[in-house]
Amino acid sequence: MLLALAATALVVLGLLWEVMAPPLGEQLARHRARRRRVPTPDYDPGRERRAETRARQLLRSCVNDEEWAMYRDLGFIRVWGMQAERPGDHAAAAGTPYAYLIYPHKPVLAYLPQTGRLLNEYCVAFPDETRPYGSARLPDSDDVLAKWMALTGDERRLIATANLHLPGRQLDPRQIKRDLWRLRQWERERAKQVRPEDSVTR
Amino acid sequence: MKPGHGEVLIAEGDVEVGEDEQRLLEEFRRQLDAGMWAAVPLDGGGRRTAQLARSFAEVPRDAERVIFFPRAAGGR
Repeated sequence: MLLALAATALVVLGLLWEVMAPPLGEQLARHRARRRRVPTPDYDPGRERRAETRARQLLRSCVNDEEWAMYRDLGFIRVWGMQAERPGDHAAAAGTPYAYLIYPHKPVLAYLPQTGRLLNEYCVAFPDETRPYGSARLPDSDDVLAKWMALTGDERRLIATANLHLPGRQLDPRQIKRDLWRLRQWERERAKQVRPEDSVTR
Repeated sequence: MKPGHGEVLIAEGDVEVGEDEQRLLEEFRRQLDAGMWAAVPLDGGGRRTAQLARSFAEVPRDAERVIFFPRAAGGR
């Protein structure tokens, strides 16, 4: 009798174990997962600054002295449009030279330097398609350099890729007018600084 | 260029050395396959420009460096 009861108890325990073990194991795993310390990379406040410093050095090594000084002093770079002589382009129709203003993480702005007329905003981004860093954006100076390289390397391709908008969508036209005025002043000052050197060398 | 990191050296070598050239070629293809654009800064006297290279063959043999940056896309 005792033996039969013991055997029955063993069978019941075995069946209970079969039923209870998976949920218990799952609960245990969840408990461990909750208590596990997930290693998170330490926040490094200097990382972005170092990245920007490297980006500025790279930008400086690629653009000419005037463009670098412009970016350093004014915060943007002017790039002359190269499609002026090509037929079919609306700006070229009148043979009018045009230029772009490149700001970090803002649309590229096309304008007519002679009149100051704003033409278009070209919204372009450089999203990183590799993972896991896809969420972070380029340092400011790298963004400027990427636009500069794309514009001077293949203007048509960049303009065709960008989303075209009328001026004023993202960039405040009054701010742009101020920037163009600052640019003229800056060029005037720079010309004054260059002239004495020229007279000495002559 | 790497978002969040800035400039990162990927590979370096001499294209006149066979082994180096092969390594640079493979890295070039790997970067383009990852969706990057390649540009070679050019110094044309006072005016500087860049040349976009769609293949390794388009990179000038005397280029000092090739800069890879994420492919341009229409922004908002």
